[in-house]
Formats: sequence, C-alpha cells, structure tokens
Amino acid sequence: MLAVESATVRFGKRTALDAVDLEVADHEIVCVLGPSGSGKSTLLRAVAGLQPLDDGRVYLDGADQTALPVHRRGLGLMFQDHQLFPHRDVGANVAFGLKTHGVPRAERDRRAGELLDLVGLPGAGRRAVAALSGGEQQRVALARALAPRPKLLMLDEPLGQLDRSLRERLVVELRTLFGRLGTTVLAVTHDQGEAFALADRVVVMRDGRIAQAGTPLEVWQRPASSFVARFLGFDNLVEATVTGTAAETAWGKVAVPEGSPQGACQVLVRPGGVRISGPKDGLRCTVGVRTFRGHHVTVKLRPGDGPALEAECGLRDTPEEGAVVGVTFDPEETVVLPPAV
Amino acid sequence: MAVPVAFFALFFAYPVAAIVGRGLKADGVWQFGRIGTVLSRPDILDVLRFTTWQALASTALTLLIALPGAYVFARLEFPGKQLLRAVVTVPFVLPTVVVGTAFLALLGRGGFLDQLWGVRLDTTVWAILLAHVFFNYAVVVRTVGGLWAQLDPRQEEAARVLGAGRLAAWRRVTLPALVPAVAAAALMVFLFTFTSFGVVQILGGPGYSTLEVEIYRQTAQLLDLPTAAVLTLVQFAAVGGILAVHAWTVRRRETALKLVDPAQTARPPRGAGQRALLGGVLLTVLLLVLLPLGVLVERSLDTSGGYGFGFYRALGSADANGSTFLVPPVDAIGNSLRYALAATLIALVIGGLAAAALTRRAGRLVRGFDALLMLPLGVSAVTVGFGFLITLDEPPLDLRTSWILVPLAQALVGVPFVVRTMLPVLRAVDHRLREAAAVLGASPLRAWREVDLPLVRRAVLVAAGFAFAVSLGEFGATVFIARPDNPTLPVAVARLLGRSGELNYGQAMALSTILMLVCAVSLLLLERIRTDRSGEF
Repeated sequence: MLAVESATVRFGKRTALDAVDLEVADHEIVCVLGPSGSGKSTLLRAVAGLQPLDDGRVYLDGADQTALPVHRRGLGLMFQDHQLFPHRDVGANVAFGLKTHGVPRAERDRRAGELLDLVGLPGAGRRAVAALSGGEQQRVALARALAPRPKLLMLDEPLGQLDRSLRERLVVELRTLFGRLGTTVLAVTHDQGEAFALADRVVVMRDGRIAQAGTPLEVWQRPASSFVARFLGFDNLVEATVTGTAAETAWGKVAVPEGSPQGACQVLVRPGGVRISGPKDGLRCTVGVRTFRGHHVTVKLRPGDGPALEAECGLRDTPEEGAVVGVTFDPEETVVLPPAV
Repeated sequence: MAVPVAFFALFFAYPVAAIVGRGLKADGVWQFGRIGTVLSRPDILDVLRFTTWQALASTALTLLIALPGAYVFARLEFPGKQLLRAVVTVPFVLPTVVVGTAFLALLGRGGFLDQLWGVRLDTTVWAILLAHVFFNYAVVVRTVGGLWAQLDPRQEEAARVLGAGRLAAWRRVTLPALVPAVAAAALMVFLFTFTSFGVVQILGGPGYSTLEVEIYRQTAQLLDLPTAAVLTLVQFAAVGGILAVHAWTVRRRETALKLVDPAQTARPPRGAGQRALLGGVLLTVLLLVLLPLGVLVERSLDTSGGYGFGFYRALGSADANGSTFLVPPVDAIGNSLRYALAATLIALVIGGLAAAALTRRAGRLVRGFDALLMLPLGVSAVTVGFGFLITLDEPPLDLRTSWILVPLAQALVGVPFVVRTMLPVLRAVDHRLREAAAVLGASPLRAWREVDLPLVRRAVLVAAGFAFAVSLGEFGATVFIARPDNPTLPVAVARLLGRSGELNYGQAMALSTILMLVCAVSLLLLERIRTDRSGEF
C-alpha cells in the first residue's frame, strides 16, 4: 500500500528525516512512536505531501507520489488539534472532502450522516464546531478524514489532548472501527500505551531515523537498543560483559538467556524481573521511594555499586523505605542490548 | 503576485516617474543640483517643518481621542451601535475640501461658534488639528476596534487569574496584541495628515502650508515643475522612510492571534466606569463628528429666503450656474457611484491577490512589496493625477478618453486599504486549516476559497467599504483626470466652491450633503451585510 524509500528532509542544517524506509501493508495499522523532535510528524507530513522531500520517494499502491500535490493523493489525515473548519457546522466539515471530490449533495449528506453514526455522534450534523467538547471534536475530525474513503488514513497524535479515561476508551473504539472498515492506518504518537494498543506494528524513531520496527510484543520484549528501552520506560540498564549465559556487571553476575550476543553489551532487567529477598541473598540494596501503581508498587533500589534499580512488588510484600534488602534477577526478564552509543 | 506588481508599475510608478523626470530633466540631462537648491530655500524648509509637526500632533491627538472609541465599539454593546459606526466613518470619505469648508462654517468668521460665543479658531493651528481628528477618527476606531473585537477576552481573564490587576492584564495581554493594529492606524493617520491637502488649503490660509499644498501650488498655480518634482521626491522619501520603520515594527510583533466572533466579545456596559466611558465617547462623536456634519446640512438648507430645498432643486439643471457645468450637477452622483464601484472591484482584486501572495510567502522581497503597496497613500495625488494625463495618452495605452482612467486612479488609493485590512486577518488564519483542506482534496485555489475566504469575509467587506469610501471621496487625482462632462461629486463640489456667490456656495453644501448621505447609506448597507453573515461564523 504505502512504501517510503529513503525519505530525507532537512531543515537548514538539521536533518529531520534521515533516509527513512517504511512500508505499510493493506489493512495494516502502523504506529510511529518517538519523542518530540524525532521526525515522526515530519514523516507523516512528507507522506501527505505537506512537506516536500529533499531526497527519497513515496509510493502509494506502487505509484510514485513524490511529485503529486497534497490534494491529489487521496489520503486522510487527522490533525493533532483536529483543525476543524470553524465556519462550517459538523455536517459540512464531514462532507468537505466529498465536496472537493465532486460527490453530489444528496450523496454527501447521506454519507456524512452515516459517518457521524459510525463515530457515535448521530444527528450532530447541524451543530456548530465551537460547541463540541474535545472528544466530540476528535470524533468529527475522524469522520471528516474517513468520509472520502482514503486509501490510507494518517493520524497525528490522535488522542494527544484528551483525558486519560476517554483516551483509553477511544483507542479501543478506533482499533475496533479500523478492523471493521479494513482501514490502512499510519499513526504517529509519543505515547507508547496508545501505540501498543492501536498498532499491528510499531516503528520507533530517533533523530530522524528508525530505531526499531516490529510488533508491539516484539518491541516490548526485545528493545533493540538502550534508547528504545529507555523510551519504553525501562531504566534498569547497566554496562556488561557477556560470556556464555552470564554477564559481568556492576550489579554482580547476572544470568542472561541462551544465545545472547557476547562481549561488551548493555543488560536490561525489566522491573518485573527484579526479585527482592532477605539482605543476605544476591545484590545488597537500600530501599528508596515507593510509588503505588494500583496493581503493584514500584520500588526504587540503591545498590552499593552501579546505577539505581526499579522493582515491581506485590502490594503485600513491599519492603519499608530505608530497609536493606537483597536482589536477584530473573533471566526470563533480562535482555542483552548492544553497547550504548 | 505578478498582477499587482504590473498594476503598480504601470499605473503608479510610471506616471510618477514621468512627472519627476519632466521636472528634473533639462534637454534630456538630469539636473540633480536642483534638489539642493530647492531644499535650501527657507520657505521650503518652513513647509517641511510645519508638515512634520502638524502630522505628529494630529496623530497623537487622534490616537488620544479615538482609542477609547475603539474600545467602546469593540467591547461594549449599546443601541444604535451599527448606525454610529457608519456615522463616524462618514467624515473619512468626505472630500477634503468639504471637510475644510464644514470646519470653516463651524470655527471660522461668522461661523457657528463665532455666532454663539465669539470663538474663532480658523487662524490657529487647532482648526487643522481638529479637522484631522474628525477625518481620521474612523481609521483608528475601525483598524484598532476591528481587531480588538476579535481578541479572545479569555486571554485577559487568564492573566487576571494569574494575579494581574485589570489594568495590568490589559497592558500585558491586550495591548501587545493590539500594538500592530495601533501602529498600522497611527501610520495611516500620520500618512494622511502628512500629505493633507484640502483641509490645510482651506483652514491653514497663507501661514500654514503642507508639502502637498505646496506641490499643488507649484504645479497648478506657479507652473514651477522642477520645484514640484523636488517636493514630490521629498514626500516620497519621507513616506518611504516612515513605511520602512513601520514594516520593521510590524515584523517584530507579528504573531498569529486567536480570533473569535466579535458578537461574543461585546457586552452591555457594566458599572459607572464603563457607562462614563460610553458617555464620553458618545459626547466626543457628537461634538467632533455630528456637529460639523450638522452645520454642513444646516448651511445647505439655509437659503436667503429662509430654510428650504432651493439649493437642491438648483442641482438638477445645468444652466443654473452659468458656464460652471456642461451637465446638471446631479449627474455627478451617478458618475461617482459608477466610478467608485469599478474602483472598489479593481482594488479588491489587486489588493486581494497581493494580500494572498503576501500571506503565503516570506522573505525580504515580499516584505519590500508589502511596504511598497502603501506608497500610493503617501505620494502626492496631484502628482499621480497629472502623471496619468501625460503618460497614459499614447498607444498602446491611450486611456485618456476612457472612463476606466478615473477608477484606476481611485483604486490606487483603495488597494493599500484592502491589503492593510486583509493581511492581518489572513495571516492569523492557522495554516494547518489550509493543509487540512488540501489533504481532503482541495486544490490551493479551492482551499483559499473554502477556508481563507469565509474566514476573512468580514475583513473583505470592511476592505471593500474602505475602498469604496476613499474612491468616492478621492479628489487630488480625480480633479485632473475626470472629464468635464463626467465630474464626480468631490470635483463638482470643488468647482462650485471655486465660484463666488451664495447660490454656488449653497449648492456645494447641498452636493456635499448628498455625498455624505450616499456614503452613509453605502456604509449602513455594508454594516447590514456584515451582521447577516455573522451567523456563519
């Protein structure tokens, strides 16, 4: 469906997009994930044709789009802050794309009504855009983007400005809706939860390049680099030298899975794999700040040597702040990453 | 972009250059030495000094008096607001000659105040300054008030919540947002008063003379083209300097503002302070605008045989004035309306294209063009009119006998208004709205039509109103190029005023009153359209 080949965009001396290759298959939902300034929005704008490429090409269904102006690409784009037309009512906003494609009026009205039903705003056609709540604007923006049946729907931080509960509900709704319609989606977000919930495939970007691509599970289980690991919220990283299934680290010897790369590396232990026991076992740590997370408690641990650790504890067996404990690591939750750059 | 550039090159730069060339060339050789000679004459230096001084004083006085008015029109809701808004705009479109005469009737010998209290101001500079305030009150109210009405009051509320007092909130939040508009308004007032012609001609007497008056005197009376050319260049340079400063300040302050529907920001006055302010502004309008206009109407009805419509009836026939007119003066009304309509269309097309181009592009060249568009306001209209006559008279551009010549000259002063009014609003339109339209399949032209145009419709109508109004009142250039059998209203008024006799004077007053009414009615219609459409916003 969509193929981006070595797309490059430079803003003066800064390279916002550095030879990015990306493919999106039919009916696939791909989420581009990255911190702000990683080039993810620029990628989206380049695909839409809003940002000219300095180098590289964009193909849709095999046809080169690079020279095609925005309005001829037949894509859908939902903007971060919706960008609904303030001078049109909800119905006219939704019907706008149909109007530019020369769809007759009766058909336009019918389809706009249909889409408003679809996004859960039946009968809202005559309402003023200014009178909508954030979540409703979101839905209208989605209906507007979907109305002309775009080949590819692009979402820029689709749920960025909504409150948490609404966001969680909408992610599920969106995923269900896209699955039902068979929409091909390219979304951009900085929120990993949103990306993992929405996407078939996640692409993590850093400094205009792709740091890792894979299914949410793959990315979650095997971050490709310490950058990806940290971006996903994993901070238990330490320099290591791997020999066989053992890694020599500042935290002592850590068992790693079989077949891990050898030599100078970094080792990541997910918080769930940090086991707390009596002070005589394993690595001696002092318990720091404890944060209640609902189903578990996150505990900061300060070892005698090496970087601080984070552990997930059950509600009942959380150690007291200031206590001295011993820590062991679960090899199942341990990942060997390439050395830090 | 190419169309506006060509328009200005052909109908502005070329005629002005031709006139200057005539004045400064002798036997095909440039005589730049003439510039120094003229500029060292003490009488010319006096003119320069007075021109600058009175323009500064007039601008300061206008801002002082009109800024409270801008606030009242933007933020307060009161009965008769629309009518009043149209009323304060009327002076702006009156021919300068008429304004001068109205103030003479008010402040001069045997005038209204003279009869009442024996007060005469016509020999002082105050008459000129007051007439300038009368003229430019609407510029400030419309330019500043128009933006003010669309500023989101919640911004100020946010500042209040953050601990700013009422005044501090205004100073820190509203004022910075208004500064570009205030600067634009001040610039316009300064330009108009710097190049003031009719008002100074009549109220200033021999003691006070501005550059423009001097240019007219040298061109039309003394036939001293070299001196006129030098003065034209001086005015050109001064105006260019002002515009450069203005462009610089605007560039530093330009921000995308969050605009809201003006109907939502205006509230009925609350508290003694707001009511006193409203009262003060109404009183100002009454004394400053309605009184001179009232005196004008009164004089038009004040025939020797008591009050009546004698002067108006005389307008219907050509022979009542002897040889002054080839056609009945009343024909001038139709001429004026036709010319002004054509000029407005030209100004909207040229100005609209220029504003759209300026919105989308940035860069030194474009900013230069931005400033260039303002030049016609500052360059002597007398020079432009005379320049039209000597340049556009040979093929392929033999327009001297064409009716289009007058609207072309009038559009020249209309375009800057169109650009000035539309540019801030166009620039404040979020460009991502256009992108949203483009992604949904709208071509750039279509996106402009579907997104920009509806959002700036209000500004377009205001721009059209201004263009129409200045076209109706344009005098300096029109007086040179309007054909004797097709005079416009201001030209007819000037011709009547130039003749002695009670009947001529009375007819001039009557015709001015008609012009005033035509303007008032047009502007009222415009205000009506504005509110009808506002439901869409």
